[in-house]
Amino acid sequence: MKVKVLSRNPDDYVRETKLDIQRVPRNYDPKLHPFEVTREYTRALNATKLERVFAKPFLASLDGHRDGVNCMAKHTKSLSTMLSGSCDGEVKVWNLTKHECVRTLQAHEGFVRGMVVRFCGTSFFTVGDDKTIKQWKMETPGYGEEEEPLNTILGKTVFTGLDHHRKDGVFATCGQQVDIWDEQRSSPIRSFTWGVDSFSAVRFNPVETELLGSCASDRSIVLYDMREATPLKKVIMTMRSNTLCWNPMEAYYFTCANEDYNLYTYDMRYLDKPVKVHMDHVSAVLDVDFSPTGKEFVSASFDKTIRIFPKDGGHSREVYHTKRMQHVICVKWSPDNKYILSGSDEMNIRLWKANAAEKLGVLAPREREAANYSQKLKEKFRHHPQIRRIAHHRHLPKSIHHQTKELRIMKEARRRKERNVRKHSKPGTVPVVSEKEKHVITVVQ
Amino acid sequence: MASPGEATVQETHVGKRKKNPARYWQEPRGEGKDGQTTGQAPHKKEEKTQETRKRKQDEQQNDGKKFISGKSDPFPGPAPIPEDRVQKFKRKEKTKKPPRKHYKLRDMITRSEEASEMAQKQAARFDLLLPEDAGFLEGDEAEDTCTISQEDIADAVDITSGAKYFNLKLSQFGPYRVDYSKTGRHMLLGGRRGHVACVDWQCKQLMCEINVMESVNDVKWLHSETMYAVAQKKWLYIYDSNGIELHCIRKFNDVLRMQFLPYHFLLATASATGFLQYLDVSVGKEVAAICTKTGRLDVMCQNPQNAIIHLGHPNGTVTLWSPNQKEALVKMLCHQGGVRSVTVDKTGTYMVTSGMDKKMKVYDIRAFKPLKSYFLPAGASCLSLSQRGLLSAATGDIVQVYRDVWSTPVSKPYMAHRVQGTVWGMHFCPFEDVLGVGHGQGFTSMLVPGAGEPNFDGLDANPFRSAKQRQEWEVKALLEKIQPELISLDSNELGKVDHSTFEQRHQDRVQALGYDPLAKEKFIPKFKKKGRSSAGAVERRKKQVAHEDQRDEIRETVEDKMKREKERKQRENKKAALSGQTSALDRFKR
Repeated sequence: MKVKVLSRNPDDYVRETKLDIQRVPRNYDPKLHPFEVTREYTRALNATKLERVFAKPFLASLDGHRDGVNCMAKHTKSLSTMLSGSCDGEVKVWNLTKHECVRTLQAHEGFVRGMVVRFCGTSFFTVGDDKTIKQWKMETPGYGEEEEPLNTILGKTVFTGLDHHRKDGVFATCGQQVDIWDEQRSSPIRSFTWGVDSFSAVRFNPVETELLGSCASDRSIVLYDMREATPLKKVIMTMRSNTLCWNPMEAYYFTCANEDYNLYTYDMRYLDKPVKVHMDHVSAVLDVDFSPTGKEFVSASFDKTIRIFPKDGGHSREVYHTKRMQHVICVKWSPDNKYILSGSDEMNIRLWKANAAEKLGVLAPREREAANYSQKLKEKFRHHPQIRRIAHHRHLPKSIHHQTKELRIMKEARRRKERNVRKHSKPGTVPVVSEKEKHVITVVQ
Repeated sequence: MASPGEATVQETHVGKRKKNPARYWQEPRGEGKDGQTTGQAPHKKEEKTQETRKRKQDEQQNDGKKFISGKSDPFPGPAPIPEDRVQKFKRKEKTKKPPRKHYKLRDMITRSEEASEMAQKQAARFDLLLPEDAGFLEGDEAEDTCTISQEDIADAVDITSGAKYFNLKLSQFGPYRVDYSKTGRHMLLGGRRGHVACVDWQCKQLMCEINVMESVNDVKWLHSETMYAVAQKKWLYIYDSNGIELHCIRKFNDVLRMQFLPYHFLLATASATGFLQYLDVSVGKEVAAICTKTGRLDVMCQNPQNAIIHLGHPNGTVTLWSPNQKEALVKMLCHQGGVRSVTVDKTGTYMVTSGMDKKMKVYDIRAFKPLKSYFLPAGASCLSLSQRGLLSAATGDIVQVYRDVWSTPVSKPYMAHRVQGTVWGMHFCPFEDVLGVGHGQGFTSMLVPGAGEPNFDGLDANPFRSAKQRQEWEVKALLEKIQPELISLDSNELGKVDHSTFEQRHQDRVQALGYDPLAKEKFIPKFKKKGRSSAGAVERRKKQVAHEDQRDEIRETVEDKMKREKERKQRENKKAALSGQTSALDRFKR
């Protein structure tokens, strides 16, 4: 007779001393783990619920401006520094880690319209309503020194926007025309005009550094190549765009914030139809900024909210609002991809987390592992109705909630009417126009 | 020694190397032959490898890794994994990739499949490191394993294992029901006349012993060894491991049998009044009460794979129940007499039933098909399946253990043992080679080699866990408690694509939009220059894509037709051949 009976030596399974950690022998045999999918689903559901519980995006409010914040600029070299300009011509430099203002200067008379930090991070430019472009040193003047600009250029007309070249000492302004300036000269090296209009924003492409985009008040978006004498092309839309932002990772994509409550992502090679229409705001969109990864962007709107959109998603994944935040004028995504800054009408700058439920600070390895695991689970089960409902639910202020509903009803009514018209007219006379095609009037080369 | 290495060296050497430069210290030899002969003396080969070491490093990427010493890796690449072991961890078949235009979905599927394949391989590799092997019992030649007595086995094995064979003489409060906790560490005995005892049976330590002064129908551990439920004469009671009554649940009356669903924290009870009730033990609420309308329910078991309750009835049917439906999910007529006992194996594939017609039948419950039917002279009153698929059947006071009842026709038991009284309750101990038998005269713990799963998972059920680990496990388990709504016949349903809902939603969308957004665009032939776009050519091109949606169907029907035609022809041929065989006069046919 040959016999063997299971007999486990407890020494192999129990820790030796109390100072050791417990032994956990594993066996990954699927037979020992029934209900794999349902248990994972339950975990995913719990993770989603916990995410909503821990979603506390608001970090700090930076107050100190004595008028609405009109523009902000990210520091190109320092993560903790940020600049903001207000409607009374005051510029403040902020230390974000300490949540305090480190420097204040009266830059302009009237609005500070635009602001940008030079690529080296040692100086910054401002434009204002007083028709001047000023260059300032980044560091605070020493004791007894006067706060005065390094350089002042007096222009002929009001400047409304400003952006600096990524690598060269060249910057662009916009106003009645788009001007390209050399830092060394007091007159523009090139001026672009295309019809009579005024421009509201100009942005350099961060990848293809010689390319520019600008938004004009005749409802068009104009693209330029700095090396050429004439603009490249423009697209005219049904409503005016306020600003645009280039995708920092995909050189030919840009997103513009439109007056018709939507944002449009365009491929600059094919302007006849936007790649994506991002809807969710219920009032004009005033500003947009991409995350440094190029996967998401944040938009600020007149409806007193900021929203975060995935770059290829039609609807926002997140909406931030507070009781006291008024019309949000400007918004920036911090270069470390973790924070969002918004400047609004009621003189405050607010600091938000980009991921509302993210835990700040250093994570222990096990913590990180658990977070990654739950993230993966949430992704895996995100289309299940219950999980999606919880993940997508956001509390909105009453007014916005009602307005969303109203807009939905209006849209539905319009669609219904169109459908009825199509039904009762000769086939082919009322073509189906997709949402993407609806908002573009024409492309001019 | 190192023969594979040399072999590869030899191969690479042939034909590739030029002849070596002649050295004065070498003895003169036929130079032309040197480069071409394959069979060389080993010492010469070694010389070669040393000389050409450097060049080899540069050139030879094609045959495995080369070490600096010039030896090649005899086992290049990652270690192979046996196919069956990989198969064990395979969850499902590969998904069909969508067409190339859905490139994002395609990419996602590819990547997720890669990840799951890697996980599968890693798990299969890890399988090698499992510390324990399953038990076994083999007789000498011409010795039947069922004639080996328990005493012999207990003598033959080591002392700790031998001590797992024991009898408890408890004749006073007679016949006993048995239950083991999920880790297999603790045992619960419930005597018909009110005696309830819980024992840490491996160290033979009595945890509590009470007499409830009422008849006891069934006992069951709850999720851990701190609590157990006792179905008494009238109500259902819950006690803790010190024997203190925690709850008396008056909603559950006349309970005869109980099952605990560990991942759902549900206690399912079957009562004499024909009610199947579910109690959520984590919140203490009744989840469902189903009137089965089939009379007294005293045969019950659960499918551990999908938490479906199986009930056996006196009319020979077995019914399957979930808490979400008032009707039985499935009704199977299994026996001609009443059903005496039902059990389902761990993988949820097989169900074994025994009935008053003295038969024991094996069913495949994925397809609801009978597989095997056995005749037991006395009929089995109790059945139990172990983790590794051993079946124990009690006929009167004899306990028989069978092996492989579903795959091979079994003629004789693997083991047999006679206990003192009629068997009343029987249960295999998880993760041990032990069968607990409760009978009229007390309790017998039998050794059944090869019954238990040798390697447990420490995060799921750890027999050696400390109190702290148990508490931690309890919190984790409660957090991932599965809701009773998710109980269904197919436990993996949640992981599958829901086509029907999509179709419904798509229809709604088409209705709302007034057109089909996913419809294929109608083919409009392009205008080709240089006279290629004549009216005839355009028509021809149109025809190439015409009826594209129907083509698959047409192809299928045509294939079907061909197949049928072929079969018909074959049949005819066969018939003709057969008729040809029978007639001896065929040879005169012309």
